[in-house]
Amino acid sequence: MKNIFKIACLIALLLTGAFQVNAEEKVKLLKTDWSFKGLFGKFDRGSLQRGYQVYSEVCSSCHSMKYVSYRNLFEPGGPEFTEDQVKAIAASFEVTDGPNNDGEMFVRQAKLSDKFVKPFANVKAAQAANGGAYPPDMSVLAKARSGGVNYIYSVLLGYEDAPAGVTLDDGVYYNKYMYGNKIKMSEPLSDGLVEYSDGTVASQEQMAKDVTTFLMWTAEPHLEARHKMGFKAILYLIILTILVYFSMKKIWSRVESEV
Amino acid sequence: MSDHEYVPKSKFGKWFNDRLPLLTLASHLTDYPTPKNLNYWWTFGGILTFCLITQIVTGLTLAMHYIAHADLAFESVEHIMRDVNYGWLIRYIHANGASMFFLAVYIHIFRSLFYGSYKSPREIIWIIGIIIYLLMMAAAFMGYVLPWGQMSFWGATVITNLFSAIPLVGEGIVNWLWGGYSVDNPTLTRFFTLHYLIPFLILGLVVLHIWALHVPGNNNPVGIDVKKPSKDTVPFHPYIVIKDGFALLMFMIVFAFFVFYSPNILGHADNYIEANPMVTPAHIVPEWYLLPFYAILRSVPDKLMGVIAMLSAILILAALPWLDTSKIRSAVFRPLYKQFYWILLADVLILGYVGAMPAEGLYLLIARVATAYYFIHFLIILPILGFKEKTIPLPLSITEPVLGGFPKAAIVKKKESLN
Repeated sequence: MKNIFKIACLIALLLTGAFQVNAEEKVKLLKTDWSFKGLFGKFDRGSLQRGYQVYSEVCSSCHSMKYVSYRNLFEPGGPEFTEDQVKAIAASFEVTDGPNNDGEMFVRQAKLSDKFVKPFANVKAAQAANGGAYPPDMSVLAKARSGGVNYIYSVLLGYEDAPAGVTLDDGVYYNKYMYGNKIKMSEPLSDGLVEYSDGTVASQEQMAKDVTTFLMWTAEPHLEARHKMGFKAILYLIILTILVYFSMKKIWSRVESEV
Repeated sequence: MSDHEYVPKSKFGKWFNDRLPLLTLASHLTDYPTPKNLNYWWTFGGILTFCLITQIVTGLTLAMHYIAHADLAFESVEHIMRDVNYGWLIRYIHANGASMFFLAVYIHIFRSLFYGSYKSPREIIWIIGIIIYLLMMAAAFMGYVLPWGQMSFWGATVITNLFSAIPLVGEGIVNWLWGGYSVDNPTLTRFFTLHYLIPFLILGLVVLHIWALHVPGNNNPVGIDVKKPSKDTVPFHPYIVIKDGFALLMFMIVFAFFVFYSPNILGHADNYIEANPMVTPAHIVPEWYLLPFYAILRSVPDKLMGVIAMLSAILILAALPWLDTSKIRSAVFRPLYKQFYWILLADVLILGYVGAMPAEGLYLLIARVATAYYFIHFLIILPILGFKEKTIPLPLSITEPVLGGFPKAAIVKKKESLN
C-alpha cells in the first residue's frame, strides 16, 4: 500500500511537471451540455433535425459526407425524420447512375439507399474551388479530431481578428482553437443564417451546437443503441458477479483458507 | 493427482480413452492440484485465455466483412460500423479487446516478476510467455494498420522503417517487407494475412505455456514448493474455476465500460482520417501498450542502436531467470528486491508516459534516464541483489502463513485482501 502511494506521488509529480511544460500550448476548448454524453446519453431529436438543416444549407456546399445514406435520416437513433420527409430530401438531389442497357450514363433523383451526394466530383475539384484546401469529409469528423465534439464546437465559434504580429495570407482566417490557429474556411455560421422551422432562435451558438450534435450522430449512428445495450450488459455482469461471488465464498468455505 | 489411475466409467468411454486419452486430459485439468493461497493476481492467466478467444472470435467475424485493400479498407470498416448488424459492437470489442489483452498481460508479467514465477523450474513457461508477448505485439501492430487510417499508415511506415537501420541489407529488407517502395496495398494485404495467422500461433503457444505450467505446477505468493496433492492444494475444479470466473467477471465489467461508454478513448483520433501518404500527422504515436518500448527506441540518438536497445529491452526478459541470482522466489521475503520492483514498475510507467510525448527537451532527458535505469535493473541490480540481499526466512509450508502461525502471515494476508 505504502509503495503504491509512493508510485502515485511520483507519477503525480511527473505529470504536473509535464503539464506545466505543455501549459502554454494548450487552449481550453469550449464546452456545452451535450445530450448524448453519459450512461443514458441520447441524441436530442430536435437538435439533430436542426443540425441536418445547418449541414445541408451551410456545410454541404463544401463538405461531403460519403459514408452516410439518406435512409439513415429516418432510422431509429438518428434525426428520425419521417420516411416521406427523407424521400423528399433525397429527391431534391441528383445522382449519375448507369450505364443503362444502351450503355449510357444517366442522371436520376437520389433514392433512400444512396449515399449523401458530394458537393465536388473529386478531391482535386474540391481543392480547386477552396483555395487549395480540401474540406474534409464530415462523416466521421467528430471522432477524427482530438477533443471531438468540443473541438468542432469550439472551432465553429473560435473566429477572431488575428492578434497583432500574426499576418494572414489571402483566404486564410484566424481561429483561436484551430490547430496552428490558421484556417482556410471563412467563418461559416452567423446569427440568423438559417431559419429553423421549429421556432428555435438560430443564434450562432445554437447552430454550432446543433450541427455538432448532427456530426456526432453521423460519426456514431449507433450511439444510442450502444448506450442502451451497455447499461443492460453492465447491469447483467454486476448481478452475475455478485452471484458468483457468493457461490465462490460457499465453495471455498470447505477449505480452511480465504479468498 | 489421479491422472494415471483415471478409468472412464462407461464402456465406450474406456474404449475411446484407450485410443485417444482425452478423458484423462479432462480429468487431469479438473483435478490439477493448485496451491490454495493463490491471490487474485493469479487469475490473469484465465483472463488472458478469455481475451485470446474473444479476439479470435470477433476477429473472424470482422474478417468476413473487412476488405484488405488500400482503397477499400477504411470504407469497409465504416461499413462494419454502420451497416453490419452489431458491427459496431464487434469492432469495438475487438479494438478495445486488444488493449484489455495487453492490460491483462502486463499484470500477468508483473505478477510473475513480483513472485519470482520465472525462476527454476519454470524458465520454459516464462520464455514461452515472452514469445507469446512478442507475437502479441506483432499482431496488435498489424491489426492497428488494417483500418488504414492516418495512424495505421504512418505507424506502419515508422515501424517498418526501423529495419532500414540494419547495415547493408536494411533498405532491401524494408522494400521486401513493404512489397514495394512505400507502405501500400501489398503491405496491407500481407499484414492482414499475418494478423490472421498470428493469433493461432499464439493459441498453440498458450497450449505449450499451460502444458509447461502443469509439469511443476503453479508458483504461489509464498514462493515455496508445494507438495501435490496435499492440504496445501485444492483441485482446479471447482475452487480455481470459480475464483477465476469471479475475477473474469470483474474484468469484463471494466472491459464493457470501455466498449460501451468510451470505445475510442484508447485509440488515436487521427485513425478516423483515411490514410494519406501526402500528409504526415503532427505526432506519430503507437498504441499505449507499445509506448514504453517506443520511448526506449527514441531515447537513443542513433537509429540502429535505438532499434537494438528496443529489442534488447524485450529480449532481456528471456534471460531473466539467469540474471536474477536469488534463490528466493517471492518478493514478500526479499525486502530489497521489493523496493526495486516498485521502482521498475514506476520506471516502465514513466517510459510509457514519455513515449506519448514529443521526443525533445525534458521528455527526452527523462526517457534517457528511465531507459538507462531499465537496463541497470536487469543487468546490474538483479544479479548483485541475489548475493547481497538479506532475505526473510521462508515458512515451511504455505499452510503455515495461511493459518496464521507465521510472523509474516499478516503481510501475506494483507496482500491478499488488497487484491
